[in-house]
Amino acid sequence: MRKAFGPLVLVVAALFAAAPYYIAQAPYESTMGLIQKIMYFHVPSWIAMYAAIFVCGTSSAIYLFQNKPAADRYAVSAAELTVLFGSMGLVTGPLWGRRAWGVWWEWDVRLTSALLLELIFVAYLLVRKYGGPGSEKLAAAAALFGTAVAPFVYKSVDIWRTVHPKTSVVPTLPKVMAGPLALTALAFLLLFFVLLTLRARLAERQAVLDELYLAHED
Amino acid sequence: MRVLTALCSFVLLAPRVLAVQQAPPGQSEYVPIKDLPSTDVMPAAPLLIAAYTFVWIAVMFYLWTIWHRLNRVEAEMVALAKKTSGR
Repeated sequence: MRKAFGPLVLVVAALFAAAPYYIAQAPYESTMGLIQKIMYFHVPSWIAMYAAIFVCGTSSAIYLFQNKPAADRYAVSAAELTVLFGSMGLVTGPLWGRRAWGVWWEWDVRLTSALLLELIFVAYLLVRKYGGPGSEKLAAAAALFGTAVAPFVYKSVDIWRTVHPKTSVVPTLPKVMAGPLALTALAFLLLFFVLLTLRARLAERQAVLDELYLAHED
Repeated sequence: MRVLTALCSFVLLAPRVLAVQQAPPGQSEYVPIKDLPSTDVMPAAPLLIAAYTFVWIAVMFYLWTIWHRLNRVEAEMVALAKKTSGR
């Protein structure tokens, strides 16, 4: 795994370096024009966020039911990345909406539920930081709750009336737009994997340090 | 004489000044977006650049926090090892 990490970082760097060229080559959307090109970073940031939620939820379940410390380390790492990629979606979205809808923010179902989902994982990190001993289990339960909420956030645009485009838009994109979107989505997913590996390494070193402190006290 | 000149100037110029200060007439017909003055069309490029810049800054900042925390943990481990060997 460690041997593959260096080449993986190079691949991610190459994808992000190539992305602006392919995004510039993609045609303008008919009604929104240039601003629609935010999509090539906005949608992949949400895809990466959902990947992070999946990892966080799965690892939290393993930690809760099998009590494996390594799973907890991946859960906390993925929770941080959920907040990171979620904040990208929550910032790029209003910048797009300001031009497309004329407002920075609309309290409709998709935007509000996405904000709440982000806040659930912010709460997870706050519980981990300030919850004291045993907060890992409580945070893991919160992560399971957040993971259960995520599909409703995704499908909210299809269930309720909202200003946000439906989930059916992306699959119907023409190839000239879907190609660059697939490229940036792959870049974001690989970036997520790189950051997760780095953050899990940090959590592993912190666990070793905690054990050293315990041994030192004994 | 000066007062009279100032008074005459005011009387002659006031209508023009007031006319300039009046609000523009209301829009009476549909105006296509391409015919709007450039100040009325919100430029997309700054918003697009802001979005892409935020993503890059967020990633770089997160990488910096990982690097910073990892260095702190390694420094603590070295300090603890020195303390243990000094016992």
